[in-house]
Amino acid sequence: MSEMLIGQTPLTPSRSGMKDVSAPLTHLRRSRGWARRVSLAIVLALLLIIVGAALLAPLVAPYNPTDIALDQGLRAPSARHWFGTDQLGRDVLSRVIWGARVSLLIALSAVVLAGAFGGLVGLVAGYAGGWIDIFVMRFADVQFSLPAVIMALVLVGTVGSSLLSLIVVLSLANWARFARVVRSEALALRNADFVLLARLAGASSTRIVIRHILPNVGNTFIVLATLDIGLIVILEATLSFLGLGVQPPDPSWGAMIADGRGYLERAWWASILPGAVLMTTVLCFNQLGDALRDGLNPRLKSRW
Amino acid sequence: MAVYAFWRLVQAAATLLIVSAVIFVVIRLIGDPTYLMLPPEATEADRQVLRVQMGLADPVVVQYARFLWQILHGNLGISYRFSLPALSVVLQRIGPTLLLTSSALGLGIAVGVPLGVLSAAHRGGWIDALAKGVATIGQAAPPFFLGLIFVKVFSVSLGWLPTSGFGGPRYLIMPAVALGWYAAAGLIRLTRSTMIDVLGAEYIKMARIKGMRERSVIAKHALKNVALPVITFAGLQFGVLMGGAVSIEAVFAWPGMGTLILESISNLDFTVVPAALMVSALLFTLINLAVDLLYAFIDPRISYE
Repeated sequence: MSEMLIGQTPLTPSRSGMKDVSAPLTHLRRSRGWARRVSLAIVLALLLIIVGAALLAPLVAPYNPTDIALDQGLRAPSARHWFGTDQLGRDVLSRVIWGARVSLLIALSAVVLAGAFGGLVGLVAGYAGGWIDIFVMRFADVQFSLPAVIMALVLVGTVGSSLLSLIVVLSLANWARFARVVRSEALALRNADFVLLARLAGASSTRIVIRHILPNVGNTFIVLATLDIGLIVILEATLSFLGLGVQPPDPSWGAMIADGRGYLERAWWASILPGAVLMTTVLCFNQLGDALRDGLNPRLKSRW
Repeated sequence: MAVYAFWRLVQAAATLLIVSAVIFVVIRLIGDPTYLMLPPEATEADRQVLRVQMGLADPVVVQYARFLWQILHGNLGISYRFSLPALSVVLQRIGPTLLLTSSALGLGIAVGVPLGVLSAAHRGGWIDALAKGVATIGQAAPPFFLGLIFVKVFSVSLGWLPTSGFGGPRYLIMPAVALGWYAAAGLIRLTRSTMIDVLGAEYIKMARIKGMRERSVIAKHALKNVALPVITFAGLQFGVLMGGAVSIEAVFAWPGMGTLILESISNLDFTVVPAALMVSALLFTLINLAVDLLYAFIDPRISYE
């Protein structure tokens, strides 16, 4: 059970709760299906804006994110500077847009890396079972017992902070969730009828894992990866907030929040607005993950 | 039960053994301490002498065995900055961090579990919407950012609470809420989905059919079965909260292990960091071991598969 409980709600529903006498929910579900579709459309539109702005940062950012204008410092949001300016007179909106580029590049790369490694480990552990399983999963325990933020701080503090080291460190701090969930799915599938039949037909282990287990783990994997993007964006922002992530003068959301901290009284926008964009981004990825989970898993009924 | 307890203990010990190996590798990654300990004008020969004295010239396996032996004796090296054993430096700072994380977890449970139960019992109602809002915000907002918003609203604008520092309960409120919100979010979602599953079970149907009031169905039959995953999850959350505490401590100048780790990294005081990692891993492992054993004791269905 505990494999299911990390982070979010369980990914696979219990099969016991199929019948429901608790409430006549059909009418409720129908009326809320519409609301759900509208909110999903909003989420997708926001993600499109954020990812689009990140991709097209050189074109859409109104100013150069590192241009300093000391006589323009801490200006409130206006038509010229939609998000105001920071203590060095830099345009906050431009820095938020360039920061999105850095944050999303790091988060997406780290998710791909963590997912590939964790997924592979989970597949092998779950399909092989026995001592391999026991041994490999202890490493996953280790990752959970060492808080990701602290581990990442230590690693970045020692190997230095570059784009590549951040990506590697963040994926090292996040692979175990993939390993655990994929393992438990693979474990369940190992004795499924179609796998037994494939084995009877003489298929090799590699072929069974690739052709029969992998496609069935795919949905879970996609949901998990989407939900993980938000977590990694937060983790990267935390490192940058603490001064050990993306290094100045490169803009990053976490560092902007840290820089603006000292000016909360006079210029709240310098830290609150980058934080609000960060929150919106994470929220959108989380909502997308939830929607994918609902869509890809028709058995699930405990959704919001 | 005894078999389960035995294997669970072995598992915890194995995890801690691997933790020690990981920390050992991290220390080796940090590099050669003789560069920090000797003045820059020291010759390579001087360094070599010190390396041999410190045992850094021995084979890696011998070094790891010695490292493990020292850990088992509570010896995690000397802090260069404080000239004190690293372990006692860490233990001095662990109190405030434990106060912060346990308040946050307590708050998360106190808010998350009732909200989760109520939202499952009244699906589609206003309390369900409220719970969804609290959970959605908690999972999207980094704790340090929530902390900053609280500082802006409750300290800077309203002047109700002190911006930062360590003291009475007034100093604890904002850091604990900022950190606990994330735990509450996870607990709301888990409690709600577990509760919905449980409410669909046959024995709940039975209780309803025999005419039991919904309130008693939930309190007497459903709640008990929600407790197990929820407590297990709360134990696992402790590790996440220890990590989150680092940034919260930085925001509120909280004199705990997180600020100690940050100070140690910027002061190159590199024995303290592994010591802090080891202590937090030990705490996490013991808490989760205790949770699992307690539940195996209470619930006879649990066995080691």
